[in-house]
Amino acid sequence: MTGLAHDHLVGAARSSPDHPAVIADDLVHTFAEVDRASDRLAAWLQGAGVDRGDRVAIVLDNSIEQVVAFWGVLKAGAVVTVVNPASKPDKIAYILSDCDVAHLVTHRRLHRVLRPVLADRPIRGAAVWAGGVPDAATGTPFDEAVGGSATPRDPGTIDNDLAAIIYTSGSTGGPKGVMLTHRNVHHNAWAIAQSLGLRSDDVIGCVLSLSFTYGMFQIVSAAHVGCTVALERSFAYPRDVLERFARRHVTVMPGVPTVFATILQMAPLEGIDLSSLRMMTNAAAALPPAHLQRLGELLPGAGVVQMYGLTECTRVCCLDPALAAERPGSVGRAIPNTEAYVVTEDGRRAAPGEVGELVVRGAHIMRGYWGKPEATALRLQPGDIPGERVLHTGDLFRADEDGYLYFVGRTDDVFKCKGEKVSPNEVERVLYELDAVAEAAVVGVPDELDGMAVKAVLALRDGAEVSADDVRRHCRARLEPTLVPSLVEVRDELPKTDSGKIRKAELR
Amino acid sequence: MAGRHARVTTRIRGFIVDTFLLGDDDGFDDSDSLIDGGIVDSTGVMEIVAFLEETYGIAIDDDELVADNLDSVERLRKFVDGKLAA
Repeated sequence: MTGLAHDHLVGAARSSPDHPAVIADDLVHTFAEVDRASDRLAAWLQGAGVDRGDRVAIVLDNSIEQVVAFWGVLKAGAVVTVVNPASKPDKIAYILSDCDVAHLVTHRRLHRVLRPVLADRPIRGAAVWAGGVPDAATGTPFDEAVGGSATPRDPGTIDNDLAAIIYTSGSTGGPKGVMLTHRNVHHNAWAIAQSLGLRSDDVIGCVLSLSFTYGMFQIVSAAHVGCTVALERSFAYPRDVLERFARRHVTVMPGVPTVFATILQMAPLEGIDLSSLRMMTNAAAALPPAHLQRLGELLPGAGVVQMYGLTECTRVCCLDPALAAERPGSVGRAIPNTEAYVVTEDGRRAAPGEVGELVVRGAHIMRGYWGKPEATALRLQPGDIPGERVLHTGDLFRADEDGYLYFVGRTDDVFKCKGEKVSPNEVERVLYELDAVAEAAVVGVPDELDGMAVKAVLALRDGAEVSADDVRRHCRARLEPTLVPSLVEVRDELPKTDSGKIRKAELR
Repeated sequence: MAGRHARVTTRIRGFIVDTFLLGDDDGFDDSDSLIDGGIVDSTGVMEIVAFLEETYGIAIDDDELVADNLDSVERLRKFVDGKLAA
């Protein structure tokens, strides 16, 4: 068995060519069509100079173009670098430069964000524009790149080669590029499908951005089992989305706590028949027990699978919904062919109930962070077997007697808002750009809908003034929407330790 | 009537440009999707709703939070008109 990521798509196109692979913007695309379009794109990319191992940035909203681009880049032998299209120019520029991206696939609509990036750092290789090439840009229309009839040459990819680089924020420094190999992606698609019991007659309703692993692996796992993904650009208009999901008889709905809190706000879902739904999966943050119970009442046919994962290995564990009552608060056990265990500070395996760092081993663990050997060495450390490296998650867990895992907390100050990581340091740097700001600290505070809300606490320079709206407007220009503080508080001074460190616990 | 349409359109567009594009009106069409264009996200939608409620003294139900009502300057203008006429 070969283990390249796109073998999943090729396999589905062979075994069930006419089965819907993706439904996007009300159009159905079969596995054969996606396979063919991605072949043509791959051949075109190769013709345009894309070599094995080149990084190709995909900056696209959820769309059929994004799915075709993902597979096409892999088939060309290149490395997918997904960039969240909600990112601001500074961050996109950082990513393109960090992993030395040579080629780009994006959409005409995103030219507004990309214009300043490309002005400073023109794309030296291929640029493909869905929706057509903007007047002020150079490149090739997406339709033309997938319009040929060529098949790609075999680039010689092996499963140790990189398939994707996905950027993730940490508590300090810029975002880090998580390198996933073909073997990682191939294995994860199988392990995720196995652990959830995905079936070929499933229809996955996906509102998650494909720019993150949770969304991306809906596509890959669906190809592995040969089932359909009903793709939505966002969950901004939840009623519209749920009506479409009802019409398409969606059976599986992956989400984050904000998605499920929004659905609960819409209860009793009048006129929306979601009786086809058999499973919801929750990740990124724990679902409050009250929400879990109300979801069970609202959608009794659909169990909620609690999961935990991180970009560095995609998915760690999940809990069978049938066990949720007897193991409340657990995120389950390790997915197939992987192991997850808790270690104490002195490096021994923790006893049941003892809190320590969660460590993960298996074929799903990243190759490392692109160009960051020190950061990589912190996360990937020697394991019990000589030469093996295991993933230290940096998250605190405990396990019960049967190995079921319970999330306890993080070892840094990063928190999740709407399921996305918020690095307080990243937001604080932007707040300090405001002349009026003398001191800034960012903390997460509990929020019914978003899990945690971003709160900025500021001390201003003498005589300076700044309104909460001004602060938010400044942040909106520089940060993804999720990172923009929804709460802004001004204090005379910030509480500090004797050594001058801001006491964040007192700001929450 | 045409004058009022234009005023409502200008005001809504002004709010969107000021709030989400930092005052830099890059010439998006009044019929363009605000979501697909990446101009607003789900939080932005709620900010637009709060702006409409405050500015026009209207109440917007959860059932009305759909793309048909809210996802372009033109749709917003029609939606506000309908609410004011009701």
